[in-house]
Amino acid sequence: MPQYETVIGLEVHVELKTRAKIFCDSTTEFGGAPNTHVCPVCLGLPGVLPVVNKKVVEYAIRAALALNCKIARFSKFDRKNYYYPDMPKNYQISQHDLPIAKHGYLKIDTENGAKKIGITRLHMEEDSGKLVHQGTITASPFSLVDYNRAGVPLIEVVSEPDLRSPEEARQYMEKLRAIILYTGISDCKMEEGSLRCDANISVRPVGTDGFGTKAEIKNLNSFKALQRSLNFEIERQIKTLEAGGRIIQETRTWDEGKGETLSLRSKEHAHDYRYLPDPDLVPLLIDRQWVEDICGSLPELPDHRRERYIKEYGLPDYDAAILTNTKELADYFEDCVKVCPNPKAVSNWIMGDFTRLLNLHGLEITECKITPQNLASLLGLIEQGTISGKIAKTVFAEMFAGGTDAETIVKEKGLVQISDKGAVIAIVEEVLVTNPGPVADFRAGRERALGFLVGRVMKATQGKANPELVNKLLREKL
Amino acid sequence: MITKKDIEHVALLSRLELTGPEKDMYTRQLNDILNHFQFLARLDTENVQPTAHVLPLQNVFREDWVGRHISREDALANCPDREENYFKVPKIV
Repeated sequence: MPQYETVIGLEVHVELKTRAKIFCDSTTEFGGAPNTHVCPVCLGLPGVLPVVNKKVVEYAIRAALALNCKIARFSKFDRKNYYYPDMPKNYQISQHDLPIAKHGYLKIDTENGAKKIGITRLHMEEDSGKLVHQGTITASPFSLVDYNRAGVPLIEVVSEPDLRSPEEARQYMEKLRAIILYTGISDCKMEEGSLRCDANISVRPVGTDGFGTKAEIKNLNSFKALQRSLNFEIERQIKTLEAGGRIIQETRTWDEGKGETLSLRSKEHAHDYRYLPDPDLVPLLIDRQWVEDICGSLPELPDHRRERYIKEYGLPDYDAAILTNTKELADYFEDCVKVCPNPKAVSNWIMGDFTRLLNLHGLEITECKITPQNLASLLGLIEQGTISGKIAKTVFAEMFAGGTDAETIVKEKGLVQISDKGAVIAIVEEVLVTNPGPVADFRAGRERALGFLVGRVMKATQGKANPELVNKLLREKL
Repeated sequence: MITKKDIEHVALLSRLELTGPEKDMYTRQLNDILNHFQFLARLDTENVQPTAHVLPLQNVFREDWVGRHISREDALANCPDREENYFKVPKIV
């Protein structure tokens, strides 16, 4: 049995956060009552003239630059013809042979280090309407159509078939999402459909160069669905080939409930869409100065920021990668570092308790009550030995819940660390008397017994004793 | 050369139902049209840019402002069938 290798390429659709639709002035707002965010243009009524929203072009260029693409000087819109009622015109306005941008890449982390994933092209197009089915899609003889989403601007980002595993596909998708979020052109909410993904996948015997016949999987609404469906599909394709069958080129849909991909229809070949230049829309001649201006307005992007954190703050790559994953988190970190001299300590707190509590309460970092100044003063209290690291966790939880600053909490709750030798020594002596077993164990050479005794002392002081001091005193007494 | 099979394929893509004589007629007519393009193809276009649009215009933009929507009743006024606030169409999968 030959070993198989997986080849995956992703087509990612990103809804742009403009106010108005791509070719008319209807709102892009999500979730209005059916067929209320529409006008004659996005309903495809006769005699209307679509005109492109300048912001859409700007956002597409912005995304393209962030993805290291070359921006076209000349670009145009085309009609993609197909008969499906999600578009009222029987065609979708898209870009065919002259997309706004080509030849980009992004980097993902693999076991063998960073890997460049090519981006074939990035183009602009209009989103389709939504089909609603009463009951199950198979049982209902009708579809109900809501055109609110028809004409919402999208960019489609097509990757090269450079991905070799479902894990790499997920990484690519997460990185793409992170970069797009940095650029601020989309909110990338997979659950609201503002970030969607189709996957092209094929398998081939290891060592061969040609591509196997691919299947396209649609309807991947989460990172989990992406990874699970690809895993299923690899197994299905290999099984088919091993049984002497062949893969047919087709579109498949991911059924989350069943955990499998199902055949939708054999894929229409590209020329079946009968693309033609849209005569309603005049071409775009992209001004170099405009591109430079957009480039100048981009924030520092995650890869660059990550490298800088390693160099400037001496953080491990692991920390730098996590902290720069979202712009908000990275901004917060930098605000903290401005007022706190210990970047690694800040990083540990943000990646540890902070992230845990944010996830637990379903909050974004921007909604958090702990100001960078407050976090810095908490770290200061630990550094000075005023409170122990253990107590600091309690204080942190209080700060997170109430937004009070660390000093106040420590004062009000009497949490100041006991570093006074005289106060601790009495408790140490008492613990030694009441725990003769472990004392004997330690004296017999069992180091671990010391840990138990330290724990007793800490408990007796409600965690307030300075652990180093306790250790030292115990050793002295023993 | 366009064959009757091409006509049937294109008719299917365009959701057109054609009779036998119609298929013959369109095969002939489309071949005539393509032949004419072959005639045009004899022109020397070495230094001519491909035409993306017939008008000498570029960069016609609208600003990102939201305008007025039409009422839902107007939106649905001409649809052959509706259900509540939706357009109702035969299911196509």
